Amino acid sequence: MGMQSQDIIRRSATNGLTPLPQARSHEQEVAKLIDVSLCTGCKGCQVACSEWNDLRDEVGHNVGVYDNPANLTPETWTVIRFDEREDEAGKLEWLLRKEGCMHCAEPGCLKACPSPGAILQFANGIVDFQSEQCIGCGYCVAGCPFDIPRISKKDNRAYKCTLCADRVAVGQEPACVKTCPTGAISFGSKAEMIDLADTRVEELKGRGHEGAGLYDPAGVGGTHVMYVLTHADQPSLYHRLPDDPHISPVVRGWKEWLKPVGALGFIATLAGAFAHYMGVGANTTDETPPAEPEKELEDAGQGPNDNGRDA
Amino acid sequence: MDNSNLVLRTKLIDRLFHWSMVSCFMLVALSGLSWFFPSLNWLGYVLGPPQLARVLHPFLGIAVFGLLMCMFVRFVHHNLFVRTDLTWFKHIVDVLLNKHGQKLQIGKYNAGQKILFWGIMSLISLLFVSGLMIWRAYFAALFPIPVLRLALLAHSVAGLALILLVIGHIYMGIWVRGSIGGMISGYVSRAWARQHHDRWYEEEVAPTKPLPSKRHG
Repeated sequence: MGMQSQDIIRRSATNGLTPLPQARSHEQEVAKLIDVSLCTGCKGCQVACSEWNDLRDEVGHNVGVYDNPANLTPETWTVIRFDEREDEAGKLEWLLRKEGCMHCAEPGCLKACPSPGAILQFANGIVDFQSEQCIGCGYCVAGCPFDIPRISKKDNRAYKCTLCADRVAVGQEPACVKTCPTGAISFGSKAEMIDLADTRVEELKGRGHEGAGLYDPAGVGGTHVMYVLTHADQPSLYHRLPDDPHISPVVRGWKEWLKPVGALGFIATLAGAFAHYMGVGANTTDETPPAEPEKELEDAGQGPNDNGRDA
Repeated sequence: MDNSNLVLRTKLIDRLFHWSMVSCFMLVALSGLSWFFPSLNWLGYVLGPPQLARVLHPFLGIAVFGLLMCMFVRFVHHNLFVRTDLTWFKHIVDVLLNKHGQKLQIGKYNAGQKILFWGIMSLISLLFVSGLMIWRAYFAALFPIPVLRLALLAHSVAGLALILLVIGHIYMGIWVRGSIGGMISGYVSRAWARQHHDRWYEEEVAPTKPLPSKRHG
């Protein structure tokens, strides 16, 4: 069950032979823009996310860094990453990044998912899990280039950021955007967010951040969560944000190559067997007793068999 | 029943291993296909709703693996390749065209059946190992994601190959009359044994002279 107000671009494990809902001709792509240079790491977005989505994760332990919880979980859909770095001049930088689903235009999770309709991509760009269709196989975990989906031990279903699809559907911005006290998170049409990012990148460059830029990786067709990074030339500085994310060739081979080859294999095997049977006929045994009694049967004290069929 | 014309080819314990394995394999293979070809999603309903099928598939897969390992122990000594298998390979066209007559020196299992045996045993081992690795409820978290991707691909390739091999096996059973009945009752006719497994018949079923030494295959 998707959102009835939204056209659907892609539906997991569903062939494209019949059209998906697409009567609405005027739906805009949305995007969330996260400006890491404005983030103070207050974690207000984490709280707002839990609040809106009715999530109450276990209180974590301090593991020596500020990341808390230490990782995304089925009940923590966004987490601020804190990475320390010394640049060439020996100057310390504290790089913060709000991690969560990137809402790819070409979602690896959706490509990998085997359960029809368990993952939907709406025309506004949101990639949303439909939990009641999820079977808990974890293929989305393998498909995602960003290591985002988490499978709950409570119900064996996958969870991740929904980009507050329910709020966006009624014209509100996501909860994290609403709550961010520094204005580091913005939300609007994707075109507006790219414009905003361009302005912001110019400002950062003017202030000496030569490497500033927009993170909207082309390898996954662009994303509907984008970053303004002060080091856009080295995204991996920000807690291993992939420099060039793309759906793994192994996943592509599995879904795009092996599937048609496998289907051909089935057709060829079944057709070959049927053709062989038609051409050669059944391989029967002549149960008629041999003309001359066979020696071994006499030796064994048995006469020639007398219950041969088809005599 | 008059058994004088029949010879025991497969013992009860081996038939039980075979058919219990077949029952589990059908359910595992159909549910597996439902995820590999989502357009054939309905195949998975042999194990109930999709979530339940996902839970049961790996346990049934382990049952298939375990039963096949029992069959491995029971059957391996008949499936070691021997020199006379070359004769069968040289006459494979005649075999497939149903041209009987020559003595092909076929032991208890012919060379094609031996290939099937080793194919099934190696593919089920690959499926077992890769299946444990991608088992989300228990083991998948122990492996890095790039390794999981390879395991998923290997599981799919091996599953497809095994199912295609088994389709070939089922077809051969249908084509060669008397074999399916033989696997159910355990008995085949003497004529059947002579026609399809001449060396087995001569050496082990009705030896005309003492065997020089114990021979396998």
